[in-house]
Amino acid sequence: MLNRILAPLSAAWKEATDSQVWTSIFRHGKPVSNRNRALVMMSNVFLHLHPVKSRKAGIKLRYTWCMGGITFFLFLVLTFTGLLLMFYYRPTVEYAYADIVDLQEHVPLGIMRELHRWGAHAMVITVWLHMLRVFMTGSYKPPREFNWGIGVVLLVLTLLLSFTGYLLPWDQLAIWAIAVGSNMARATPLLGTEGPLSASLTLGDISLINAGNDARFALLGARSVGQPTLLRFYVLHCVGLPLVAAFLMAVHFWRVRKDGGISGPM
Amino acid sequence: MIDLFQDLVNWASGPTVLFTITTVGLLLAFRFTQVWSRTSAKIFFAVLTVFYVASMWDPNFFLIVAKPDNIPITGVIFLVFFFTWFAMHQGIQNDRRREGGTEVLEKEEAEKVWVWPDLVYTEMLAMVLLSIVLLVWSILAAAPLEQPANPADSPNPSKAPWYFLGLQEMLVYFDPWLAGVVFPTLIIVGLMAIPYIDTNPKGNGYFTFKERKAEIIIFLYGFLILWSLLVISGTFLRGPNWNFFGPYEYWDVHRVEPLLNVNVSDFFWVKLLGQPLPSGGLFAALLREWLGILMVGVYVFVLPVVMSWSKDRLPTGLKWLSCHHYYEKMGATRYYIGVSLFLIMMSLPIKMYLRWAFNLKYIVAFPEIFFNI
Ligand code: HEM
Repeated sequence: MLNRILAPLSAAWKEATDSQVWTSIFRHGKPVSNRNRALVMMSNVFLHLHPVKSRKAGIKLRYTWCMGGITFFLFLVLTFTGLLLMFYYRPTVEYAYADIVDLQEHVPLGIMRELHRWGAHAMVITVWLHMLRVFMTGSYKPPREFNWGIGVVLLVLTLLLSFTGYLLPWDQLAIWAIAVGSNMARATPLLGTEGPLSASLTLGDISLINAGNDARFALLGARSVGQPTLLRFYVLHCVGLPLVAAFLMAVHFWRVRKDGGISGPM
Repeated sequence: MIDLFQDLVNWASGPTVLFTITTVGLLLAFRFTQVWSRTSAKIFFAVLTVFYVASMWDPNFFLIVAKPDNIPITGVIFLVFFFTWFAMHQGIQNDRRREGGTEVLEKEEAEKVWVWPDLVYTEMLAMVLLSIVLLVWSILAAAPLEQPANPADSPNPSKAPWYFLGLQEMLVYFDPWLAGVVFPTLIIVGLMAIPYIDTNPKGNGYFTFKERKAEIIIFLYGFLILWSLLVISGTFLRGPNWNFFGPYEYWDVHRVEPLLNVNVSDFFWVKLLGQPLPSGGLFAALLREWLGILMVGVYVFVLPVVMSWSKDRLPTGLKWLSCHHYYEKMGATRYYIGVSLFLIMMSLPIKMYLRWAFNLKYIVAFPEIFFNI
């Protein structure tokens, strides 16, 4: 009985995988022989991030916790859901809040915002845990010093991505969190109005650093969180920071390979 | 009975007690490494879970913990505990293997395996599971949306996003130029500098504790206590006006805590000499602050040098300060950068305890130019 159903299915599967379309996409046979296992890794642009063979200890879940991979996967999820959010969201003081309400109430299957927000929280956590794993296995030691440095920049970028995104719903939570966070910039030494030594930067009687040109102003694009801030954070959040992060991730993964693959005892 | 327990927990969550208990607990766990066993992990997680679930019946606890944006912090508590345990547990197992004459686990599994399927399938599974978790989380908990932004009405408390609450907590003890600008910069620089400062060749590519004790203790102290704990307490235990509230306490906006903080200059001039603070002009300001400047100067510039001396050169009572063998091993440049970063990191707990013990506000205070330490 079962065979009656399965036989045609497997025949159809064979038909499909033998077709010109299939063989034009996958230029190797099924990865059941060692030769094909190597070919599948090398001929696929995504899989070829990986080596063909790897030390057993290095790919164990208990060693890497897959935490870097999970962080990367979350980044992809965020890129995808973020793109969908951009269809509906307009970064203006007038529309932003209403667009977010619409997203949750009127857009079919409206959990894009949830996926994006919880995914972002999760990514911050997984990137910390990834750093913890890399530290606890001593994987920053030679020859991986530089890749650890790239990683630290990626950690900062992850936090900045999350921070810039926090403003976009334009609700009370958003603007006051950003206000608290960006108030610190006022205290930048030399460059903030309330920073040490800034008052000493004068040209004759005119003090060079004021609320209209200090570090906080550069961050907000205004004297307080307002329309210029929203636009600035939107552009950084949707274009600037993801581009830099994606670029550095490419370097990060490349270096994992070039530094000898996942670390292991000498 | 329940009241007594709640009072006890509220008391133990106070900044002073909580910080001290966790620090001492962590140091003890490094001393008595048996505690990183499977059994104690199970007991610990069981107790934590029971505590968490039972506390949900308390309305104040529930209000804070169930806030949608606070869900990740519950995740942080459980995940950080689990993975710290997991890493330490494997490290200590490897140390035991070494003592018994066998190689570390990672070395035994040195043979190469095919990435398809051994790794690719694991990754696939991780992606599927994570997608399910995210979907379920997103269906169950709506993303928060408060009232539309109103620049005229600031909520109390106004909190930064949770991952910056460690920095916001530092604002209690340091001025924004340090807590918000200098320290974050040094955290980033310090993290990047780790591989260049740490010259210990051991423990590269496997879990271990014994072979890298100092590195692990310093890093985990920073990661667990100075970062994660401050994030957790900043989210759950800091209420209106950034006042402290125990997990079972009501966040009362009207609670006022007296701030009677004094500066080192007050201690010296007013309390010790019974004089008014010197005033008028630059010289008077420097005179006013001389003791604080001296203290900071000694801490930042003299202490690293003294610590580099061998035990024989140090007077009795200060011998424990000696880091001479690190100086020898690391060389002058690495040693000074490493020790300076370490001392700056330790300035946070030092300032915390000075505040709790003496109500100390500033060690050096030049409010005229916003230069307060
Ligand atoms: C967006 C953030 C990041 C992504 C997507 C990412 C991704 C990855 C991936 C996929 C790996 C392969 C092994 C593994 O999964 O553990 C890896 C390895 C590594 N990562 Fe990251 N990472 C990120 C951030 C960081 C951070 C914050 C650090 C350290 C501060 C770091 C340092 C390293 C190092 C040194 C390795 C090599 C480890 C080894 O060979 O065992 N990365 N990363």
